[in-house]
Order: sequence, then C-alpha cells, then structure tokens
Amino acid sequence: MSILVVAEHNNNSLNPATLNTVAAAQAIGSDVHVLVAGLNCGGVAEAAAAVAGVSKVLVADSAAYEHQLAENISLLVAELGKGYSHVLASATTTGKNFMPRVAALLDVDQISDIIKVESEDTFVRPFYAGNAIATVQSSAAVKVITVRATGFDAAEATGGNAAVEQLSIVHDAEVSSFVGEELAKSDRPELTAADIIVSGGRGMGNGENFEILYSLADKLGAAVGASRAAVDAGFVPNDMQVGQTGKVVAPQLYIAAGISGAIQHLAGMKDSKVIVAINKDEDAPIFQVADYGLVADLFDAVPELAEKL
Amino acid sequence: MKILVAVKRVIDYNVKARVKADNSDVDLTNVKMAINPFCEIAVEEAVRLKEKGVASEIVAVSIGPKACQEQIRTALALGADRGIQIETEASPNSLSVAKLLKAVVDEEKPDLVLLGKQSIDSDNNQTGQMLAALAGYPQGTFASEVNVEDGSAKVTREIDGGLQTVELKLPAIVTTDLRLNEPRYASLPNIMKAKRKPLAVKTPAELGVEISSTLTTVKVEPPAERQGGIKVGSVEELVEKLKNEAKVI
Repeated sequence: MSILVVAEHNNNSLNPATLNTVAAAQAIGSDVHVLVAGLNCGGVAEAAAAVAGVSKVLVADSAAYEHQLAENISLLVAELGKGYSHVLASATTTGKNFMPRVAALLDVDQISDIIKVESEDTFVRPFYAGNAIATVQSSAAVKVITVRATGFDAAEATGGNAAVEQLSIVHDAEVSSFVGEELAKSDRPELTAADIIVSGGRGMGNGENFEILYSLADKLGAAVGASRAAVDAGFVPNDMQVGQTGKVVAPQLYIAAGISGAIQHLAGMKDSKVIVAINKDEDAPIFQVADYGLVADLFDAVPELAEKL
Repeated sequence: MKILVAVKRVIDYNVKARVKADNSDVDLTNVKMAINPFCEIAVEEAVRLKEKGVASEIVAVSIGPKACQEQIRTALALGADRGIQIETEASPNSLSVAKLLKAVVDEEKPDLVLLGKQSIDSDNNQTGQMLAALAGYPQGTFASEVNVEDGSAKVTREIDGGLQTVELKLPAIVTTDLRLNEPRYASLPNIMKAKRKPLAVKTPAELGVEISSTLTTVKVEPPAERQGGIKVGSVEELVEKLKNEAKVI
C-alpha cells in the first residue's frame, strides 16, 4: 500500500499546505510518495524530498504542467494513481480543480475535504457548511482524497531524505491555456498558514479603515482576513475572505473586529484555538464562540490593542 | 450557441441543517428546499449570455426525485428555454451525476455547460470537474468572469491568493463562484410562462447510466459545540488574558 501526495507549489517553493497533506497520508500508511509536477521545479522536488517521512519524490518537469492546468495534470495523476492505494492533494483551489478529474478518470468517487483519518478506508469530513460531520467509508480501488489543511498538523519540513525520480510522462490535452494571473502581493503570512489572524467585518465601514487592522497585524506578525460581508461590500479583495465560501482557517489566535458572526463566517474559523471578538453590539453571535469578548467600538479598541502589545 | 445548465435542489441556504437523532444523516423532513445558490448563479450567467446574443438556447437539467422539477421551473422562470429532469430516488453521488450529465451532453451537444462550483449540502465541489473529465472538455472552475468569443471562452477564476485567467476551447465546462453575478428575481409573468415551457423526464436507464457508489456513510454527527468564553472589560484586561491565560501572544 503506497500513497501518492500531489505537491502544491508555484515552481519555486512548496506550499505549506502540502505538509499537512503529507501528515494526512502518514495517518493512512507509511509509504508516502510525493509528485511534483511543474516547470523547472527542481527546487520544489528537493524541498519535498526533505520532508520527514516521504520515501520517494516523483518529478514531472514540462511546460504542460507549468500552471497546473487541470486538463493536463489530471491525466498525469490518473496514470500514476493506478499504482497507488490512495491519491491525496490539498483541498486548495488547485487541488479542488484537478482532483475530481482524476477521480472521474479512475472511475471512483472522490472524498473531499477530509479533516480526520479513521482508518485506511474511513475518513471524516464536514458538509452542510460545517453544520454536520460525516464519517464515510470507501471501497474504491484507488481512494482519491482532498485534505483540509486545518485538520492535520504539518509534517516536519526537514529530516527526510527521499530518493528523487525523474518522470518523462508528458500529457498535454491541448484544450486549455493559461492567460494570466493577478496575485495579491503581501509581506504578511498567508491566511491558511498564519498563526495569528486579524479579521474585519462590515463594522469596518470601508476599505481605508482596514489600515488599523494592518497595523495591528504587523505588530503581531499576523495575516489579515475579512468576513463575506466586508468582501461583498467591496472593502477588501475576495481572497481575504474567511468562511465557508472563502478560506477555512484554524490559527492559534483569531481576532474578529466588527464581525457579527454569521454561520457562514463561523464555519471558516471556529476551529481556531483562541478567538477574540471586538464588537460594539453585545448581542452579536460572534460572542457565543469567542473565548474573550470585548464590547467596544473597534475604532478605539483596535488601535489601543496595537499600542499595548 | 447552446448552453446546458445544471441545477440542484438543496436545503435553503437560510436554514441551519440539523442531524437526525439516529446519526444516519441530516434531517430534511419539512425543511425548506431551494435551488442551490451557485446553480442559480449559473442560470443567471446563461441568461445573460443569451441576452448578449452569445447564446441562442438554454437547457436546464436537474437530477433527483420529481420534486426537483420545482428547481427546473425556477430556472425556466429566470430565462431557460426548456428543462430535463432525470428521475432518480435520492440525490446520487457526484460521479453518477457527472455520468448522467455526460449522457445529456452527448444528446444535446451544448457548446458550454454551466454548473455551480459546489452544492451547499454535500459541499463536494466535484461534479463539474468530473463531467469535464468524462467528456474530455476543458474546465474553468470557480469563475468570476466569463467571456465567450470565436469558439473559445476566457474564464477568470478565483484562486487562493488572487485571480487566474484561462482560455478554453469550446465545448467547455464552467463552474460558478459567488461573485460571477447577482441573480435576478423571477417576475410573476415569467413564473407563469415557465409553467408552459417544455420539461422532459428521463431515467438513468434510458441514458444508459447505472447509478452506483463506492462510498457509504458510517455516521453523521453534529459538530463539536464551541463553548462561549468570557467578556473582558478593557483592552488592558484582554492583553493580560492573551499573554498570561491563553498564552497565544
């Protein structure tokens, strides 16, 4: 029984979510291989080989894989996947994009967004926006699974010494092409990888007011998130959205400022270790999940908090 | 150009799902049902493409028991031209749905298939991609912008960290994200008109698809309740608690 983990990366560095997915693979079995498909991605392969517990790294280096186009990657992963008991990828927008294609090509069901491994064929996953948790058993010959990073502690990035094997398989479906990409540039940590997150909601009033959250975040080395209400109101871009339809996070500390606590937002952050809520409405539902609630005007409390830290 | 749009009947997004006492599933007895919000966005996008003159016909398809005809009628009231219901007992798994949709694609030969990126009940986010793989079509998932011209579709996708644009050769599959559009409300005259639009009923057997699954649900449980904590009186007290009690800063 060998398990294939498809690494997520940008051809330069390994995405930290892959470490959580490796950890999920290790909870299933011990022989864990990592596939790095990309262009000029040798550095990523080296990083994957250094991850503790990885026994082999497969590298597919081709222009067809440069942008992780699902049409091409899925053909590669399905071909390799036939030789494995499980194929895992992170439940990021990249993993969610190509993995169902892999499952369909292998004619098996996919198990999405697992948060726990019960045994080699039984997994736990949330559905109904996190309002119900299902335990599902799979009889598929190859179990195709996406892993929610917050469910698993990351594998150690160092200590491993896996063999690296170059593959010469090139799949180019020639039906899609990459046009361009606009990525938000930030020195702050990625939301899904941050230990501390400061988030703002509709109560922020406008985009400029998020500056006070950025100041607080920079004091704490935190990432900045937002509720769907703040994103829909156009205060901040949508990649900052924490919630069922945005990013699911579970940092050590989550500070919610001016967020009422709609179900959709709670589904994205309720697994945080410590939750702080700052809201002037003392009846806001966010206080029902907060470890520490402060009923105050965020425009006073947030700068004061930044100052006192 | 013909567009096929898939719609799913799900629990209304305003209703909080509750787990059955025997932990077998979520309890949907007497629960308000509606068209899946992402599917509604897919219908709206199809209608806008028709209004722009890009599309000439919109076919709405739903898979499930007879009750899902209600959601097909919703799509027809929003502007779809005709409907297809594929009669199944409960809601089948994503792969079976993808196979049924593939059979419809083979019959209807649409240039573009629009689906929601995920349904808010199973939260799988699989069907569109699976259909694309089975049909051998390119896909633009999590779309926030779709432009169709000269036999191809330019799709802007919402990805972690920003936006990505891909170009797809038609026929193609597009799955919708929240910000693609804001669906209109169906007007009363259009709701009345929708009742007279054609709606065909087919069975999986007629489409040559056998519904099967490699997954069984062992149990369904409510999530662990998070206990509310305490209220602090000042920023000072908050900082003190975070440093000395929670030890997170």
